[in-house]
Amino acid sequence: MNARAPIVELRNLCVPLPLGGDRRHAVDGVSLSVSQGEIVCVVGESGSGKSVTAQAIMGLLPKLFARPAGAILFDGEDLLQASTQRMRSLRGREIGMIFQEPMTALNPVHTVGAQIDEVLRAHLSRPSAERFVRVVKAMEEVGLPDPERLYHAFPHQLSGGQRQRVLIAAALILEPRLLIADEPTTALDVTTQAQILKQIRDLQRSRGMGVLFITHDIGVVAEIADRVVVMKSGKVVESGDVTRILTAPEADYTRMLIAAVPTLEAARPAEPVPGPLALTVRDIAKTYSVRSAFGGTREVTALKPTSLTLHRGETIGVIGESGSGKSTLARCITRLIEPSSGEAALLGESGGKPFRRRIQIVFQDPYRSLNPRRTVGQSIIEGPMNFGMPKAEAWNKARELMVLVGLEPAALNRYPHQFSGGQRQRISIARALAMEPEILVADEAVSALDVSVQAQVLKLIDDVQKRFDLAILFITHDLRVAAQICDRILVMHRGELVEEGSVRAVFSSPAHAYTRRLLDSIPGKRMAAAA
Amino acid sequence: MLAFIAKRMLAVIPVMAVVSIVVFLLLRLSPGDPALVIAGENADAEAVQRIRVALGLDQPLLTQFLVWLRTMLSGDLGTSIFTNLPVADLILQRVEPTLSLALATMIFAILVAVPLGTVAGATAGSWLDRTLMVVSVVGFSVPAFVLGYCMIYVFSLQLGWAPVQGFTSISKGFLPFLRTIALPTVTLGLAYMVLIARITRASVLEMMGEDFIRTARAKGVVERLVVTHHALRNAAIPILTVIGIGVALLISGVVVIETVFNIPGVGRLVVDAILKRDYPVIQGVILLFSAVYVLINLTIDIGYALLDPRVRY
Repeated sequence: MNARAPIVELRNLCVPLPLGGDRRHAVDGVSLSVSQGEIVCVVGESGSGKSVTAQAIMGLLPKLFARPAGAILFDGEDLLQASTQRMRSLRGREIGMIFQEPMTALNPVHTVGAQIDEVLRAHLSRPSAERFVRVVKAMEEVGLPDPERLYHAFPHQLSGGQRQRVLIAAALILEPRLLIADEPTTALDVTTQAQILKQIRDLQRSRGMGVLFITHDIGVVAEIADRVVVMKSGKVVESGDVTRILTAPEADYTRMLIAAVPTLEAARPAEPVPGPLALTVRDIAKTYSVRSAFGGTREVTALKPTSLTLHRGETIGVIGESGSGKSTLARCITRLIEPSSGEAALLGESGGKPFRRRIQIVFQDPYRSLNPRRTVGQSIIEGPMNFGMPKAEAWNKARELMVLVGLEPAALNRYPHQFSGGQRQRISIARALAMEPEILVADEAVSALDVSVQAQVLKLIDDVQKRFDLAILFITHDLRVAAQICDRILVMHRGELVEEGSVRAVFSSPAHAYTRRLLDSIPGKRMAAAA
Repeated sequence: MLAFIAKRMLAVIPVMAVVSIVVFLLLRLSPGDPALVIAGENADAEAVQRIRVALGLDQPLLTQFLVWLRTMLSGDLGTSIFTNLPVADLILQRVEPTLSLALATMIFAILVAVPLGTVAGATAGSWLDRTLMVVSVVGFSVPAFVLGYCMIYVFSLQLGWAPVQGFTSISKGFLPFLRTIALPTVTLGLAYMVLIARITRASVLEMMGEDFIRTARAKGVVERLVVTHHALRNAAIPILTVIGIGVALLISGVVVIETVFNIPGVGRLVVDAILKRDYPVIQGVILLFSAVYVLINLTIDIGYALLDPRVRY
């Protein structure tokens, strides 16, 4: 068989959106193909239609979409004409799929082994002993440790990376010819992401299957793709060989996407002029006692004693992966949780302002950190009014702040769901600024945003810092983002501060092994080298 | 898992201790002197005093409690003031009809409600779903005693399929038992059936939107198994909660239904005892009902742990 024969070919695929949407088609005339033995990356920002395309191939479009038009040829057979029964027999057997959220994509009440086994039960009839051996072998193949024991574990007992490996094992156990991967590494830590990407690449090579890989991250594209399809608003903007797309993009949109990826180059001067000291943290630590079945307690250390100082006008980046203690540090400093020992002291003239007015937080998820039943105006004025500001004055302030963060003051009467993710994060920043804080803690504040929006919000944070001479503690897992906005970097690992220094020093000559591993795992180094 | 169950069972002890104190105080501190009631309206003070001493009501409260607790723990629930029969025997005579009715009702409600609710949830918006929801509103709205008399009129008086009232023990054969228990069961069970069906529908519907449902479909699992094995299995936890609440509420429902269908059960026993201020009987029945509540809660808690591997208290 010809190694380049297309396994799946989309011809002019159109998926109509329900009436009242912002456009008529979620996917608008998309043509692309995936051949045996190649990885095709579909890249685009939220709303580009890339996930809808993947779901259409699987025949798993949510009911609100009307029937797609065009053709999806799988091995010459048009899947849009295939019966429900035929589609079911193809799914899992000929086409495997993995998803973005490994936590929610697995059923929490069944063991992971049983969930992999389910693919075998759905498509074959074999005795359970034989299936068990096969499942264990599949788990071994994706690098899950001690598979015979792990077979009986439940999803919540596994790490994010392990869960994604379970999903990959389930998707690949029947050796499908096509794997559709919908942002499979987006929710994972950067070192785990690197491992999973390598895993997918290795399995794809050894089996010669075709992979349709959906991502928003140009860095991931550079890591894994053979060919690239760039999508925007349901249309294909351009497509071609990965090297060509990354080095000589033709479309403006592709150029913008590539340019928006932050680099590891420190954006700020190496020797900042420090303002007055705003915050000192001395040996702050947090341990939790976990009670076991018979009254015994077990200590879990979330944060080992950590010290730091923060000046006005300065941004300190706290970087680390999930479970590194970076968010615990932020919460202890802001007293959202009580530290077990140590203290955080706000310095400088308080002007009689209480603690909460002097330090404010912007959270990660702009979709959930604003109360959906209150207008954004009500959310913004709530804090100042709690501290005695008259309502009219608070509204005036809210209007000023909306202009400051680049939104219309009239929008104060709207509800959070009427804004985009980036706009909501601007509102969250305005809400924090309404308290006139000296210190701003940004906890993964740009992590949920598309790269182009991310760049805008980072610029906004930079602007308000200059304007109000803010001291900023910037918590992030993304080293590239940290390089853009921070003066100094703290690297956290397993609850411990392992490295500290200027952005330039930490990124160019990392002292700790873990920092080196983090830097090595950043996707898209190939691209940086080529540029 | 065993440690968890053992721990939950140990937790029952303090709960029952508090219950027994409350049961004891509830009646001692409520108005109405039982000695007066027993002696009758025309008795002289001396006779009342004699009865008081005989019942130990003249002792300090603490002494009364300790004496009462000791007899309770030895399995002696005391003697009825009016019938002079041991309370334990009185309850034992009456417990079978009540237990039969309660069990039959829950089994009926669950067996009908869970499948209907699941189908409705999985096919939300279909004619079946809409019909079911309309029926459920009606089921909620009709009071049990109205429904009971209507059922007696249709099935007993007009069609003659079931006796008008009474109770036949299961020891006299399953079919005769079923004939007498069917109408009270359906009457009492309709409201629970509707409640459980609605919760099942809502939970299954919510689960159908979860990511793991999409994963199951992507694996090529047939839709029937997607619904039962994945959606219903996860929806089981809220359903179990409602069943637990339902069983607890059932006890009050049983009292009404026992009156409508003239079933000689515990419910009737306690109503009669309250009217006569027969303290030992009231205490015995409340203690029994409390123990049943606690036992149900224990079962539900263990059920959670069995259904959801993430639950470990």
